[in-house]
Amino acid sequence: MEYNNYMKIEFDSKSQNEAFARVVVASFASQLDPTIEEITDIKTAVSEAVTNSIIHGYESSTGLVTVTCKINGNKLEIIIEDEGQGIDNVEEAMQPLFTSKPQLERSGMGFTVMETFMDEIEVYSELKKGTTIRMVKKFKSLNVE
Amino acid sequence: MQLQYEMVDHTLIVKFDGELDHHSAENIRTELDDVISQRRVKNLIFDLNEMRFMDSSGIGVIIGRYKNISKLGGKVSVIHVTDSIDKIFNLAGLYNIISKHNNKSEALNCM
Ligand SMILES: Nc1ncnc2c1ncn2[C@@H]1O[C@H](COP(=O)(O)OP(=O)(O)O)[C@@H](O)[C@H]1O
Ligand SMILES: [Mg+2]
Repeated sequence: MEYNNYMKIEFDSKSQNEAFARVVVASFASQLDPTIEEITDIKTAVSEAVTNSIIHGYESSTGLVTVTCKINGNKLEIIIEDEGQGIDNVEEAMQPLFTSKPQLERSGMGFTVMETFMDEIEVYSELKKGTTIRMVKKFKSLNVE
Repeated sequence: MQLQYEMVDHTLIVKFDGELDHHSAENIRTELDDVISQRRVKNLIFDLNEMRFMDSSGIGVIIGRYKNISKLGGKVSVIHVTDSIDKIFNLAGLYNIISKHNNKSEALNCM
């Protein structure tokens, strides 16, 4: 996607960085003049994807998670990547309530939340290589029609 | 995240103040389970008025406590649910097992 503004952060897959990641993306998005609802939507979606990289991608090991954001007009593209264990069956993983870790009280609703709160989502994953989530949000506030 | 407690008869009202994500869920779970077993809690009301953020990790925390409470014949409800959290609860079908009320007195009336 072409863009007029870009940022990228990289951090350890530690759970205290979940809040850090969603706050950084929300503050980058503030230039799009978002509504409170739009900000909550992207914070929630980022939190879901980053949490997945930490608990499913890297499990008990520590690796790096990157979050890249691009702004193009009224669209924000967010890419969240890990080099963790990858997803065997993406279609199954994206089903509501599917979780591979019920013992950790996971609800299996992460992907459903991302799909609902964002306008587009694509998932690329390869076993032992890692997972990339690409999401797009269209901000209504900049629509001057 | 801070938890505040109020006990009315055998119903524990838990007020969340802060953000509930995977990071904070761990401590919250432990603290809640301790309080629930120490105070002989039958029913549980989650007050979300001061909940600043919640993602799907919150569903896990609530359903996990619901399982323990319902095994002993108790009920669980949520009050002061914000729009975005309401959206997540609806997606997860949470209201099939847990009731939502506008405020504490309404929730207590249904216990
Ligand atoms: N980054 C990732 N790396 C490896 N597996 C993942 C990743 N993200 C998601 N998954 C898999 O997809 C499943 C569903 O994810 P999600 O909908 O967020 O539910 P939950 O996190 O509650 O299990 C996970 O249980 C896991 O098996
Ligand atoms: Mg998840």
